[in-house]
Amino acid sequence: MEKQWQEMAPEEKQETLFARWISPKDPEGNDLKFPSPEIEKLYKERVTRIKDAIQLKKKPDRVPILLIPSFAPAYYSGLTPHDVMYNYEKIAPAWKKFFVDFQPDGHGHAFVPTPGKFLDILGFKLYRWPDHGVPKDTTYQCIEGEYMMADEYDAFIHNPLHFFYFTWPSRVFGALEPLATLPPLAGVTEMYTASVPFMPYGMPPVKAALQAMMEAGDEALKWMGACMAFAGEITMAGFPAYLAGATKAPFDVIGDTMRGTKGVMMDIYRQPDKLIAAMEALTPMEIQLGVDAAKQIGCPLVFMPLHKGADGFLSDEQYKKFYWPYLKKIILGLVDEGVVPFIWAEGGYNSRLDIIRDLPKGKTAWLFDQTDMAAAKKALDGIACVGGNMPMDLLTVGTTQQAVDHTKRLIDVCGKGGGYIMANGAFFDKVKWENLKAIVDTVKEYGVYK
Amino acid sequence: MAKDLVNMLADLKEQEVIKIVKDRLSAGEDPLKILEDARKAMEIVGQRFASSEYFIPDLVYSGEILKSVTGLVKPKLTKAAESKKLGKIVFGTVAGDIHDIGKDIVVFMLDVNGFEVHDLGIDVPVQKFVDKIKETGAPIVGLSGFLALAFDSMKQTVEAIKAAGLRDKVKIMIGGGQMSDEIKNYTGADAYGKDAMAGVTLAKKWTGAS
Repeated sequence: MEKQWQEMAPEEKQETLFARWISPKDPEGNDLKFPSPEIEKLYKERVTRIKDAIQLKKKPDRVPILLIPSFAPAYYSGLTPHDVMYNYEKIAPAWKKFFVDFQPDGHGHAFVPTPGKFLDILGFKLYRWPDHGVPKDTTYQCIEGEYMMADEYDAFIHNPLHFFYFTWPSRVFGALEPLATLPPLAGVTEMYTASVPFMPYGMPPVKAALQAMMEAGDEALKWMGACMAFAGEITMAGFPAYLAGATKAPFDVIGDTMRGTKGVMMDIYRQPDKLIAAMEALTPMEIQLGVDAAKQIGCPLVFMPLHKGADGFLSDEQYKKFYWPYLKKIILGLVDEGVVPFIWAEGGYNSRLDIIRDLPKGKTAWLFDQTDMAAAKKALDGIACVGGNMPMDLLTVGTTQQAVDHTKRLIDVCGKGGGYIMANGAFFDKVKWENLKAIVDTVKEYGVYK
Repeated sequence: MAKDLVNMLADLKEQEVIKIVKDRLSAGEDPLKILEDARKAMEIVGQRFASSEYFIPDLVYSGEILKSVTGLVKPKLTKAAESKKLGKIVFGTVAGDIHDIGKDIVVFMLDVNGFEVHDLGIDVPVQKFVDKIKETGAPIVGLSGFLALAFDSMKQTVEAIKAAGLRDKVKIMIGGGQMSDEIKNYTGADAYGKDAMAGVTLAKKWTGAS
């Protein structure tokens, strides 16, 4: 299988991953038995619809509709984010109810409620989460900061894996501070020096950190079990999972949670070469993350949330120098392996539309938040599938009629000729459920290609 | 040399700026004059940001250079710098939301444009806004928020200001992430500002400074 994979062209790899997605396997590796032929048909129609919209080879039967929620499924079931983060068994029923009631064309898994006890055990410091700095009924939020210092670029570039295994965890997990003292195991290749780098592992603080990691691992497994229970149930109800995993643009990896927004912006001026070298060091890792996920799960779509390249965050010149070249390398690296980057361009992307056109045809999907969709469709027509833009204000405080009108307008503007996925433009929590339902129903009626 | 400092700082030449400031200080120049030049430079930075010549990294960097300049000048100051302010503004990210990048940029732009900004920080409880408005008598309030949950926090903040009998004494602007005119109506605020410059324009309009 692996050799065969190596010999395939990117096109064939993409087709292979789509084929695996459309014919899922059960845990034993046999063809999944759906509860009824009707449900199996529904599942396959949904995958085909999304595939056709992305590949741009032919028009789908209708515009696909995806709902990409944050904690909305919890709120919809009358639960708080805290409830689902601390009671994993509540995840599957709530998430299933949400997708079954609203009937979009797929689901993006139930990974939003990260396990609360896992965070407690490790003393997570990177975010505030329900009852830990924000109220129980509120979503978690990242704490901006420098988790890699300005003078640590060389160490990172020299050995990014050591940084991610030891340095970074020691800073964002309180219980893992002792990891910062651990040396690389490079000296173990000779018998007489093999024991030396192991000495710190005998120290009580390191032992406590390792113990915390094991307990956190137990918790992560429990939680993953709950998420997989949902994935299994929802697949059997005919909804394909449209995301295999996630990866990011190197500028965002560094700007989001390593150097922080301010830090990375200073680096543009004070140490641009090191910033670039660090992004180059990250590039193969970020590609690998996406490729491994797609091949393991058997779905070509990999999520790529974009943050700090949005309109206003960087000048054109800065975007072309620091953001786009490395994002493009990741996109092309994924495409080469048959993966479809499912790109979630947060904020506005109006000033970047001409730049991102420089991509191979039918290999990516771009979901926009506040971008002018007519301009996006025009720029990417024949190049990439576009989607998104269902506005948060309409979902939250608009009338149902406004939501319906906006949906029809989007289909008129972007749906022409296919290559369009209707979806929300930003993750949503509490919205007017009747508006959400109206949007899905409108797409199913108004979005049919004749 | 005065012009050099203004230009160099406006052009974000960090090392040149530091050198000029050090030279002028060791030549015994009045530190207040240096600060006045820095203020002029920041005005130019603000104009360049408004005309999309500068973007967020440039603004953030100018702030860092300015911090170094004031750090050098402050120990030499014998009296506090006095400048006439255009008006007071109470500003903060509303309750439940801890995002500060957008807020900090607006506060920075309001500050370099001559407003006295009372920045309450992030996750600001409604009562804190009310108390600060009472304490300062500020005629303008800025509510920032990134998340959709801020829609309700903003609405509650506006309602609390109203309940305290202050609603007709202040103009309220909102901005950030998913805000819009629809949300402005929902919250009962007076205006929505799309970006930092829109916030400055609103503040100038409301204080009669434009």
